[in-house]
Amino acid sequence: MLSPALQVLRPRHVEEAAARLLAGESKAQLLAGGQSLIAAMRTGLSEPSHLIDLRSLIAAHPDLDTLRDEGETLWVGALVTHHRIASSPEVARHSPMLALLAAGIADQQIRNRGTIGGSVALHDPAACWPAGVLASGAWVITQQRAIPADDFFTGLYGTALAADEIILGLRFPAGRSGIYLKSEQKASRFALVGVAITRHATACHPQSSTTTERLPQPGTRIAVTGLGHGVTRWPAAERLLDARFAPETLLAIEWPTDEATADLHASARYRANLARVLAIRAVAALTGQPAPPAPPNDSLRERPTR
Amino acid sequence: MQTLRVTLNGEAVEDRVPDHWLLIDWLRDARGLKGVPAGCDTAQCGACTVIVDRSAVKACNLMAFQVDGSVITTIEGVAPGDGTLHLMQQAFSEHHGLQCGYCTPGMVMRALAMADEDVPPEPDAVRKALAGNLCRCTGYEGIVEAIIHTLPRLRRVDKEPPC
Repeated sequence: MLSPALQVLRPRHVEEAAARLLAGESKAQLLAGGQSLIAAMRTGLSEPSHLIDLRSLIAAHPDLDTLRDEGETLWVGALVTHHRIASSPEVARHSPMLALLAAGIADQQIRNRGTIGGSVALHDPAACWPAGVLASGAWVITQQRAIPADDFFTGLYGTALAADEIILGLRFPAGRSGIYLKSEQKASRFALVGVAITRHATACHPQSSTTTERLPQPGTRIAVTGLGHGVTRWPAAERLLDARFAPETLLAIEWPTDEATADLHASARYRANLARVLAIRAVAALTGQPAPPAPPNDSLRERPTR
Repeated sequence: MQTLRVTLNGEAVEDRVPDHWLLIDWLRDARGLKGVPAGCDTAQCGACTVIVDRSAVKACNLMAFQVDGSVITTIEGVAPGDGTLHLMQQAFSEHHGLQCGYCTPGMVMRALAMADEDVPPEPDAVRKALAGNLCRCTGYEGIVEAIIHTLPRLRRVDKEPPC
């Protein structure tokens, strides 16, 4: 049972919802599918005074609940559920990576209600969507602006969203092929570590910048989730893969252990090594080559004696 | 207070619910549907799974007001009402798909939703589809057998499952 003080607001327009986010001393929070927020409220991690039901905005802002192939981009409304993304022919055509990522989130009950907008707004450090969004070079569209994924995720549970900014949806650029692999934390099915890698479907090497501003930079993009500080790219590995896109390329590089965190599920060393192992497997899958056996990184081999 | 207008186990229901109520609060405490057990209360065990608009959801992880306008089926609405069991319930009994019984309502509701999702009646597919439901007695063998046995029959006999 949640706190009886909780009040539900069902505004009709985004402007009205945004005004409520700023209103007075209240701690209002936006409710999309609620699959993370309601769980956080029950455990006391989140104690909003008001819940603003985003579904009440759909009548005035139908894009919120729309999935649409726009040719050069794919529009996914903030309130589109993981299940809809996983089973959408448009998504499968545009980016099989996104469909598979969505199909692997949590379990069917959660996927039936949880939304992409809620997931990126929360930016849980072990969530799958931040990795898929960042590796895709997508844009997060709010009622105020279009935010490139590179600017959107800002550390643990951090985003570039202003206090009254509401995500309307995401735009994914076409023309990138990719894969997302994760090692699950078995109880929650969150990613212990997850790695998304994309590259231009037509050319694997950097090309001259005749592309429009709307297209993401060419070349490889690697996004890693689950390391503990929020989703992050791996520029050193991207550069190596741009020179030679092959799984063994990544044998030459390690994820810095001090950039991963430890908890009861895994040590920082384990997470750092898992990031590299998953990246190697992902590149192998993208190139159709077998993954070379990845020796443990140095920090795993040389366990300090205590 | 929020107004709920729903179809609950085949009956049109209109009710007023406090803003802070979860779906499970309303089903158990206002409607007396105690077949929706509160298991882990952290949205992991799936014991409280019910079907909302043909999709399985965890009743402990939804606000009551979020289901306004929906068609909801709980374990209480599954049997035909003539004293017999639903095919899926019967199969759980015959295949020893329940031990202590606590997870069973959620397992049966999840299994019924699988028919709508066209989950193939095969062990791997059924186990994967059951990822959101835990049985602390670890009686999964019987549960999976019961579901595999029943899914094709549901599709043949009853293209429209009862939910």
